[in-house]
Amino acid sequence: MSFPRRFLFIVPLAFLAIFFFYPLATIIARGLAPDGVIDLSSFGTIVGSPFYLQTVWFTFWQAIVSTLLTLVFALPAAFVFARFRFRGKAIIRALTTIPFVLPTVVVAAAFSALIGPRGWINEALKAILQLDYAPIDIQNTIWIILLAHIFYNFTIVLRIVGGFWANLDPQIEAAARVLGANRWRTFREVTLPLLTPALLAAALLVFIFDFTSFGVVLILGGPQFNTIETAIYRNTQITLNLPLATALTIVQLICTFIFISIYTRLQGRASRPIELRPQQLTQRPPVTRREKFFAVSVIGAMLLLLFAPLIALIAKSFVNDAGFTLDNFTNLAANPRGSVLFVPPLTAMSNSLGFASVTMLITLIVGVLAAYSSSITKRKFLEPIWMLPLGASAVTLGFGFLIGLPSLRSTWLIIPLAHSLVAFPFVVRSITPALRSIRANLREAAAIMGANPMRVWREIDLPIIGRALLVGGAFAFSVSIGEFGATAMISRSETPTLPYAIYRYLTLPGSLNFGQSMAMSTLLIIVVSIALITIERFRFGEVGEF
Amino acid sequence: MKKSLLFTLLVSAMIASACAPTVPPASIPTSAPVVSVLPTPPSSPLAQPESVLPTPSAARTFTVLTHEAFALSDDVLKKFETDNNITVNFIKESDAGPALNRAILTKDNPEADVIFGIDNTLMGRALDAGILDPYKPSALAALSTISTEFQLDPSGQLTPIDYGDVCLNYDKNYFAQKKLSPPQSLIDLTKPEYKNLLVVENPAGSSTGLAFMLATVSVFGEEGWLKFWQQLKANGVKIDEDWNTAYYTDFSGSSGQGPRPIVVSYASSPPAEVVFANPPIDQPPTAAIVAPKTCFRQIEFAGILKGTQNRDLAEKWIDFMLGLDYQQDIPLQQYVYPVNPQAKLPDVFVKWSVIADQPANLAPDVIAQNRDQWIQQWTDAVLK
Repeated sequence: MSFPRRFLFIVPLAFLAIFFFYPLATIIARGLAPDGVIDLSSFGTIVGSPFYLQTVWFTFWQAIVSTLLTLVFALPAAFVFARFRFRGKAIIRALTTIPFVLPTVVVAAAFSALIGPRGWINEALKAILQLDYAPIDIQNTIWIILLAHIFYNFTIVLRIVGGFWANLDPQIEAAARVLGANRWRTFREVTLPLLTPALLAAALLVFIFDFTSFGVVLILGGPQFNTIETAIYRNTQITLNLPLATALTIVQLICTFIFISIYTRLQGRASRPIELRPQQLTQRPPVTRREKFFAVSVIGAMLLLLFAPLIALIAKSFVNDAGFTLDNFTNLAANPRGSVLFVPPLTAMSNSLGFASVTMLITLIVGVLAAYSSSITKRKFLEPIWMLPLGASAVTLGFGFLIGLPSLRSTWLIIPLAHSLVAFPFVVRSITPALRSIRANLREAAAIMGANPMRVWREIDLPIIGRALLVGGAFAFSVSIGEFGATAMISRSETPTLPYAIYRYLTLPGSLNFGQSMAMSTLLIIVVSIALITIERFRFGEVGEF
Repeated sequence: MKKSLLFTLLVSAMIASACAPTVPPASIPTSAPVVSVLPTPPSSPLAQPESVLPTPSAARTFTVLTHEAFALSDDVLKKFETDNNITVNFIKESDAGPALNRAILTKDNPEADVIFGIDNTLMGRALDAGILDPYKPSALAALSTISTEFQLDPSGQLTPIDYGDVCLNYDKNYFAQKKLSPPQSLIDLTKPEYKNLLVVENPAGSSTGLAFMLATVSVFGEEGWLKFWQQLKANGVKIDEDWNTAYYTDFSGSSGQGPRPIVVSYASSPPAEVVFANPPIDQPPTAAIVAPKTCFRQIEFAGILKGTQNRDLAEKWIDFMLGLDYQQDIPLQQYVYPVNPQAKLPDVFVKWSVIADQPANLAPDVIAQNRDQWIQQWTDAVLK
């Protein structure tokens, strides 16, 4: 018993050392000491430049506002999903993760079809209000950046907070009500404190994702907006100012480390062992008219926010200049140019699914070990380290892989490994709250009654963290399918992924190219939906859903 | 527990499909039956002496580092592969700049044998970085027949392969409906009738945008070009990060049905609109403006990367790229023009594509010296 527990951390630490810290150190060394002598003048450049100071400020500002908005929009939905039982819930929950996997190019086209100057909403408003201009114009404004961040990260809050909430005992709240507290006071003084660990975990993930946001800022926001991440991209990919890019990378990593450390302290104070309840006991159908109205309007608003752009996108894949058509789909497998670099859709699909499955497998194994070692043993200091890969720029990491791991760079394994780095913190974050809630005496009791460690794990831990494992697995899968930045850096033409295939169509003019990229996006949506629903349906044992 | 078995099966099936990528690219299914004879038979010990191979394997592989717009016909490549008994791999970056940067960053341990796609806006950086070995093509299409306009590197590290003009494109429908005539010079774009009509790419993120910015430097000179951009800004120019977004999200002539009828694209974009049209159309919805001093000519080069273990094949590859098979394949694969004057152009190109008579020009060394500074000045003037 004592052996595995104490040394659990070695596996995830070695994983990060080889695939994260070593490649990162290689590229940092190259950037800071290009001629063998350490040169820190780039930090001076950042501090002395109004442009970079403004960039750092904007990075913080947009991340904070985006995170708060995401929480505000997603919490009511998390509540409805946690407390009410209704038909189609599992499917809707699975589908909320779709935005997470869509490449920014496609989301830009979807938003344009919906709210662009010639999009559905503007056309409708023009007709209704008899206007000759488009009333809503948010392209290349801060609003579309915020909107896109909510669109992408909604599911993080819904799944992590909603998942944890679903296992909180509603009788605690009922007790508070009986004792005379009103609804708001019960929420503030009972529910919220109990919910805090999950809330903090979700907020941290959303914040770091927004903080390192890349495609949304670059493509939807437009070139006038700059975050640290886009500045790293420009200095690496465009001007090749590696010293400056490295200095920015270090600034970004330090910021990330600070956030996670603050989070870890708050989390340590907030989490307490509580009795988690199976969902059969915490959920019921909405009964009163008020409950029904609330549930319906929250779900309706959520569907509108998340699915209207998707529907606009899917609609585009079924039309061309002549009206309704299936040609965009039927032509997908054709190779009109006879080009050797043509990407057959089935190949892209099986590559993507394969990479995502391997990523899920790696991250679940490494993530569970990491979560145990930092939450059960006393190695709290490991927590920030587990999260650090989220703060590294995809471009930097991609180059780190190319330079630092030359023997790996020509194998396909490098892609799921890169994806695992981004996905692994999700698994750790998803299961840590559940893990912390397990009371030590449960395990002790089982051990005293003669259960061996494996059996203790299977019968005590697994049912409690099972649901969280699924959440983590679904995230890992989605992160892998949607990841584009690092993949674009390290992938080779032999192993194209779905987002790449979509992007590929948009490199040449022509209505067929556009239609096919929309058709490919529709396929991506379908494939991901099936995979997520499958994951959602999986249950651990007969204990009931936690 | 039945479900967990199902899940395990699903996962293992998915993993099995992940192993598909390890199959060499030659086995990607194609309609041509030739594929069955292609994978090189291991029984050819006489083909290559074992000692020159980087790894002791039967079929040599050869790698080309390039950008996303690169493409070539299956049969053209197959011929090169069978002639030389090799497999060709491609590593593609999003754009020529990132591809070059990748070559520079990995120069101690190069990933590829040849780099293709460095253009006249980037060649200074490529030559300064010392990543290339010189080579004088000996092939049938000897350099002597290629216009000196394209031969910009006397050191022989970069061989010209193709060229294309970055030009304004416009939505024919819009201009017909409004009874407006398209602009005929860059300065026209600052006129009130073209207010809020133009979308361009960010020169700091897109090679198309960079080419257009260089055209303005060439036309208005070092003193006047930023003033021109300020006028453009006052006239409502929209800046997008890359060509994809500008063309498909904001340009009204594309199927993305954006709001703006003028975009910076290529002189060869209109024929692509015809070739990739669904339903088929007999003339493009867009046209390129090739009036004097409105376009910028990009010339693309190939070079042999220092440290290649396949110098012999790299030379053959460069010769191959200059040969007629490849040169005639260029227009309908990459939508640019071959440098070899003997190469025949396809009809759709002759009909719908135009070559700029007098593109705006800047010498590569002038670009190399000023590019980063100009981009910075542009960013300060236009984006802030």
